[in-house]
Amino acid sequence: MRILKGAALIAAFAAAGPAWADTITVEAGEGAQERLQEALILAAPGDEVVLGAGRFELTDGLSLDVDKVTLRGAGIDESVLDFSGQKDAGEGLLVTSDNVTLREFAIENPKGDGIKSKGADNIVYHKIRVTWTGGPLSTNGAYGIYPVESTGVLVDSSMVEGASDAGIYVGQSRDITVRGSLVQYNVAGIEIENSRNALVEGNLATHNTGGILVFDLPGLPVMGGGDVKVVGNLVTTNDVANFAPPGNIVGGVKRGTGILVMANENVLIEGNLLEANDTAQIMVVAYTLPFTDERYNPYPRNVVVGENLYVDGGTSPDLEGGKELAEAFGGALPAVMWDGLDDGQTPAVLTVAGTPGWSVNLPRQGADATEGTPSPLDVPAPDGSILDGPIGAPDELSLRIAG
Amino acid sequence: MNPRAFLFVAALALGGAAVLDAKAPVAVNANAITQDALPGALSEFGFFADPGQQVPAPGVIPFRLNTPLYSDGAEKLRFAYVPPGQKARGNGDGLIDFPVGAALIKTFKFDDRLIETRVMLHRADGWLALPYRWNEAQTDALLVVAGARLPVTTPDGVQISYRIPNKNQCKECHGLDGAVIPLGPKARNMSGEWLAEMVDAGVLDAVPNGSDTMPLWETRGQGEVAASARAYLDVNCAHCHRPGATASNSGLDLRWEQDDPHSFGVFKRPVAAGRGAGGLDFSIVPGGPDRSILLHRMDSIEPGVAMPELGKGTIDHDGVAIVRQWIAGMRP
Repeated sequence: MRILKGAALIAAFAAAGPAWADTITVEAGEGAQERLQEALILAAPGDEVVLGAGRFELTDGLSLDVDKVTLRGAGIDESVLDFSGQKDAGEGLLVTSDNVTLREFAIENPKGDGIKSKGADNIVYHKIRVTWTGGPLSTNGAYGIYPVESTGVLVDSSMVEGASDAGIYVGQSRDITVRGSLVQYNVAGIEIENSRNALVEGNLATHNTGGILVFDLPGLPVMGGGDVKVVGNLVTTNDVANFAPPGNIVGGVKRGTGILVMANENVLIEGNLLEANDTAQIMVVAYTLPFTDERYNPYPRNVVVGENLYVDGGTSPDLEGGKELAEAFGGALPAVMWDGLDDGQTPAVLTVAGTPGWSVNLPRQGADATEGTPSPLDVPAPDGSILDGPIGAPDELSLRIAG
Repeated sequence: MNPRAFLFVAALALGGAAVLDAKAPVAVNANAITQDALPGALSEFGFFADPGQQVPAPGVIPFRLNTPLYSDGAEKLRFAYVPPGQKARGNGDGLIDFPVGAALIKTFKFDDRLIETRVMLHRADGWLALPYRWNEAQTDALLVVAGARLPVTTPDGVQISYRIPNKNQCKECHGLDGAVIPLGPKARNMSGEWLAEMVDAGVLDAVPNGSDTMPLWETRGQGEVAASARAYLDVNCAHCHRPGATASNSGLDLRWEQDDPHSFGVFKRPVAAGRGAGGLDFSIVPGGPDRSILLHRMDSIEPGVAMPELGKGTIDHDGVAIVRQWIAGMRP
């Protein structure tokens, strides 16, 4: 009869006019699946659903479809939504409403993605952990934190480990900030794909196959990625062999990639510490596969590599003939690798003076790497700065978790 | 039930209202459909004169779809209710436009037991979808907003943990551009004779153009394989795999009317399929069903791989067979 009471409650709320903010606490234990899901359904805008400390054993994906709800746990290690026994749904938690705040809880071993927020504008992920506890396995889910088709996304102080695609993946969205987060043992640590106006700042990406990826792909409903700032990150020792299931685009990411830009326009890479990424600290390339989408520009445009700190790296490239190549460059490949392709109108890549780099000099888009004729990088220096205006998530999202 | 017998029953339900009235004065409770509450029990709606036998109340009209959605082999009983004095309106071959106050009702049966009834209520602020679980005594069904799991035996004799979707999951399939919409009653997937009966009964304005164009599922493979396969994909997949719906970001559009091969999967690369892609490069490889992600995911029940993501505890072997035949017959 609990459900009936819930329904009666809704009726009472409706009769009372706009609901006031309420706190609904859900504890772990027997019936957690139904109790938590019911709380997420019956919550009114403005309510806070609070997870007690403990391990919530869940059998099905959860979902939230009410605007302005906060889902708050007792801490990143204290409140754990455990999906080890999941039987249904493509993700652990699905959010489809606006102005939602997710904070201070963990998701473990979801069968598909960790948390997906789709068409969920102005969402905040704060101190969220998504972990596949078996380490980097191709049977892990694709994305840990997965906002898509959304405007206004803040991912802050979060952590993802074990994603078989990208730990934090923001796709087909705009006005995005990913900051202060730890991504490790994923194929891609952080990936910004087909998105506009994104700030990736102050993150630690380590022991992934590739640390931070900025992609633009063809054939998607939202096209034309660009205006992405990757600044002040520590991208170190991304040394895990690519464990993406075959058939996925990130399956092509080379072990030991620090920051990778594929296609895209107006990208600033500055103030990062790039260390011991053994294929390339920074890689800028065109889309590698054939495509038919006429809306698509497969070339990188105006990717600015500013001042970064480069330490070690390039010593064991995950490339065909990589060992010989590294030897040819004196034992290590230079920090910045460009495939040598541009659209013939806009410079693909610009680097500040003194940036060590090389070009593969591919003859055309889609060519095999072995067709290249490698040479030292010879590209223009940036003419002034780019992306000076406000970039990233709206301030309101930061204010929501301040203090 | 063969389609003709079915129509007979439908006609009986329309014409038999007076008889039922005489026996049991059950009437649909219009307030339960339209007012701002979540009725806790299915009986509150008064949709059935005899709930256990699924005998509809006057004005509640059974219908079938030419090609139905597969739900682990459940037997499904569908009903539509249009408030007295009002009419549904045709909308080409697409979704029939039901007036506010209308309801769509679907009951799921396994092994001759009623498991759940899902209702869609057309309220002033849009459609609302609610799941109800039948009690042991088979006398009534109670609202389960958070859904439920229960053991059932499928017609193939397989024991599964059957999932009644929660209220949000209803929207995952029924959501389009942020609104909740019905999925089943599209004119193209309904019998022309039934639609004509509805017009005669005064609950539908006219038989829509383009109605009854999707093939009957029972006759699959007898006519054009492509039509059967595309109808199957439309009904089973396109509620998510279309622009504006849950899987829009995949770029895969499996609607019946989509005629661009790349959009419905031919040599389309996966976007966010993860391990669901199964090591394959394209959704559909003409002539290569075993190299087609679409078929691979239909043919799995593993969460994270299986499609559809919801409401699937078993593989639809008939569905897999017709899609396999279609892909195999495509010219490479």
